[in-house]
Amino acid sequence: MLIEQLINGITLGSIYAIVALGFTLVFGVLGIINMAHGEIFMIGAFIGVVTTSVLGLPLWIAFIAAIGVTAALGYLLERIALRPLRGKQGVSHLAPLISTIGVSIILENLSHHLFGAGNQPFRNAFADIQFQIGSITVYLVQILIFVISIALMLTLSFWLSKTKAGKALRATAENLETASLLGVNTKRTITTTVIIASAMGGIAGILVGMAFNSVNPQMGLSMGLKGLAIIILGGMGNVKGAMAGGLLLGVAETGIVAYGDSGYRDAVAFITIIFILLLRPQGLFGKKTAEAGR
Amino acid sequence: MLKVSGIETYYGKIQALKGISLEVNEGQVVTLLGANGAGKTTTMKTISGLLKPKLGKVEFLGEDITGLRPDQLLRKGIALVPEGRAILSSMSVYENLEMGAYHRKDNEIKKDIESVMAQFPILEERREQLGGTLSGGQQQMLAIARALLSKPKLLLLDEPSMGLAPLIVADIFKLIREIKNNGTTVLLVEQNAKQALKVADYGYVMETGKVIFNGEAKDLLEDPRIVEAYLGKRASTVESVRS
Repeated sequence: MLIEQLINGITLGSIYAIVALGFTLVFGVLGIINMAHGEIFMIGAFIGVVTTSVLGLPLWIAFIAAIGVTAALGYLLERIALRPLRGKQGVSHLAPLISTIGVSIILENLSHHLFGAGNQPFRNAFADIQFQIGSITVYLVQILIFVISIALMLTLSFWLSKTKAGKALRATAENLETASLLGVNTKRTITTTVIIASAMGGIAGILVGMAFNSVNPQMGLSMGLKGLAIIILGGMGNVKGAMAGGLLLGVAETGIVAYGDSGYRDAVAFITIIFILLLRPQGLFGKKTAEAGR
Repeated sequence: MLKVSGIETYYGKIQALKGISLEVNEGQVVTLLGANGAGKTTTMKTISGLLKPKLGKVEFLGEDITGLRPDQLLRKGIALVPEGRAILSSMSVYENLEMGAYHRKDNEIKKDIESVMAQFPILEERREQLGGTLSGGQQQMLAIARALLSKPKLLLLDEPSMGLAPLIVADIFKLIREIKNNGTTVLLVEQNAKQALKVADYGYVMETGKVIFNGEAKDLLEDPRIVEAYLGKRASTVESVRS
């Protein structure tokens, strides 16, 4: 029972981690919270529903379609809602936050309009395949979600630490001016970052569809708030913090449902934030004297 | 090589440069002197593309480069080591150097980084350490080494000796001499007027957004107005630069 709950928690947590990574990348580079990230995630989940349940195509096509659509949304978000506000004199630093809230409302209503307000089933061929290891039951879907998430996290970490583009992103996140003096086209780096973050949201959308078999237009908001909670928990703009925070929250939530009161499930994230902020205001992995990136 | 004509740069409504003109010839070290707030750093930021002038023109190798972005200017051969050094503190010394060669596409980058490390043994020793953990002098060395890895034709140095101990300052000026001897043109902003004029061929003196004097560095060193205002009365008795 305990191990099964742990597996459930890690599965959920690895999805949270992917969502939180999208938040943390954008925060690291732009210094803003992308309030539309949850809705981009939700759109990714719906693309999964349309591809697999409506069109009856295999799951891997759903992944490609979701990545494509959410990456395009990321591009539009940056060009329409973020770039016009950047570096303009007299624009409040809260303006991009507000414009991402605007985008999130548009996306949520768009999906209401297109898919209806209720739950849409997310079917996949192997939802019921399970393995029995001793007394523990593990679903193939759980293994798949875990493997995909870990692969995504490792790829991202490798990309950030070893490739030229990844280093340019880190330099831009640390100091936009310095990065541009070193020859980084910071406009392009910012666009790339928002696109990658959004595509990760899209992947997470499909993973959630696989895990819970149902998708609705409101799921973006609660996932968005949890993602936000995780990056505060892990340290703003910190990649390792987002991963660890996501797993921690997933395990904590599952634990509450299994051993406590399932009604408090969504409160766990926010109670954890309050405690962490009291004990470690900079977050688990945050630096104490965190200088503002930009 | 570099020709700046009548640039006027503003911070919002405040005019920081009131028509600066200056010229840097190939192979020279040109220094820009003046008190705090004279507009030296603003001039450097305008030349390197961090700020855009409202009026005036910047030409480099005969081409109008006014208003280009810093990354575009770096590709044309202008590198700025900004005031305060701008080390990437969360990246290692080695990664900082790699970022210096970011725009290059040749196969010599690794070799060049190794030779820079040989030139600055302290960077070799600390190659895996984060940039933010270095001392001020080491950070300045790293910042200059990083800029040199972009293989600039024109190197802009903004107050490289600021906040450093006298011994380190001497090292920095020695390094500037070496850079000049290697054929890189340098535009140097300094508070340390005497040492700057000793290493420079030509100098400009700025005050409140304007150039008030300019001339051969050796003439400026003896100009009574400069001696009075920037070199201090006892300037002539100060020990010469260690080299």
